[in-house]
Amino acid sequence: MISVNPTNSSAEPLDLENLTQEQTTLEIKNLDLFYGEAQALHDISMKIPKNRVTAFIGPSGCGKSTLLRCINRMNDLVEICRIDGEILLHDKNIYERDVDVAALRRRIGMVFQRPNPFPKSIYENVVYGLRLQGVKDRRVLDEAVERSLKGAALWDEVKDRLNENAFSLSGGQQQRLVIARSIAIEPEVLLLDEPTSALDPISTLTIEELITELKEKYTVVIVTHNMQQAARVSDQTAFMYMGKLIEYADTNALFTTPAQKQTEDYITGRYG
Amino acid sequence: MDKINVGKHISGKFNEELEAVRNRVLSMGGLVEQQLQDALSAVEAFDEPLADKVLSSDHKVNALEVSIDEACVQIIAKRQPAASDLRLVIAILKTIADLERIGDEAERIAKVAKESFNNDQQQFLVSLENLGQQVLGMLHRVLDAFARMDLEAAYEVHQQDEQADRQYEALTRQLMTYMMEDPRAIPKIMNVLWSARSLERIGDRCQNIAEYIIFFVKGKDVRHVSAESIERTVKGKQGS
Repeated sequence: MISVNPTNSSAEPLDLENLTQEQTTLEIKNLDLFYGEAQALHDISMKIPKNRVTAFIGPSGCGKSTLLRCINRMNDLVEICRIDGEILLHDKNIYERDVDVAALRRRIGMVFQRPNPFPKSIYENVVYGLRLQGVKDRRVLDEAVERSLKGAALWDEVKDRLNENAFSLSGGQQQRLVIARSIAIEPEVLLLDEPTSALDPISTLTIEELITELKEKYTVVIVTHNMQQAARVSDQTAFMYMGKLIEYADTNALFTTPAQKQTEDYITGRYG
Repeated sequence: MDKINVGKHISGKFNEELEAVRNRVLSMGGLVEQQLQDALSAVEAFDEPLADKVLSSDHKVNALEVSIDEACVQIIAKRQPAASDLRLVIAILKTIADLERIGDEAERIAKVAKESFNNDQQQFLVSLENLGQQVLGMLHRVLDAFARMDLEAAYEVHQQDEQADRQYEALTRQLMTYMMEDPRAIPKIMNVLWSARSLERIGDRCQNIAEYIIFFVKGKDVRHVSAESIERTVKGKQGS
């Protein structure tokens, strides 16, 4: 397929069906998910490539957030939820019995729709995960704070007031603080669940800019309602509808020449 | 996949905007076709008033081009069209640029015709009728194909350009022979040659429009690729 905007920032398209092991961070295999009797995900299979941004789009209730939550086992907290199939993180099924869920979530961090800083100082928010891991050395903590806040493009704005309460920050700054908190423990994967839907357009652009930088170090998966956002920040896009994966393709191709009519109708705002 | 399908957006206003801009492209096409037809008739029938009419209608075509351009810019800014909507807007923007140039070529033919009437060169030395009708037919068919986004019809027009090119070459050879026989006739012959050249260019522009139609339907850019590759695109599956 041609890409209509070959000069944009997204990476060269990959052959998503045939990713090599080195290229793949996550592989979802025949995943079914039930809430009680109701099936919310139907036989999802896809590979999520390393150091790239993958976006999940689709109408409300299509299962995109549910699928994202499966990736770090957030659905474990839902009692009536049952999952069949596998999610492999580098060949290891994260749903196996011997998997330590807390350790898994250190490797796969998550950022939610509404910024949720802790009612502590900016500094303490960033080092929270490290303190839980028992890190006490002040120098290590200081370094982590600077590195993470720089990584989240927030350092310059807060470096002189690290001891202020995190709630003194604006919404967009709080969201970047939460991202800094997630990357402080150096995860491999960052899951972003509608990270900008509660933010103003300028803060949104700052976060989008940040996402493009984050992929150099992390594998990023983002759920978004904003299709233009998916088109701007992601390298590949998955369109989901009613719990099914309809189309998963290079973002440039999906937004200019979608292969499936359902995708076309959704991204052009037509009746299905 | 449905071809044009502009009427199914959740936003009724978006439907109206796209439909309105598409209709304006069709009227612009109609105007340009009329211009070319009149220019050719003026040449054949030494009809000076008709040549004047061609010259005076050019501003309408230009105004339409500007207004369609503006409408497309508005749609892009406000609607952020994607997929087939985006391809439609892009195809429209490119098509109207070619239509405007076709109008300019028709104007040029009318101008040359007028000059030769004024200089008592009653008649062009060779008839442009065949090439003219060939190109007029291409324009008519490509506009028809655009209205319906008809892939097969666009492909046919695309292939017909070769015939137009051959006719143009034959005309050129014929005119060169005249020049060698009678150098005094060269100014007169140059006039015919300019007009033939204009017609040949119009054929090329019809071919461009056919390419935009193929781009809209198939999502593939078929400019500057081999004939086999275009054939594969046209006959292949959607999106492949």
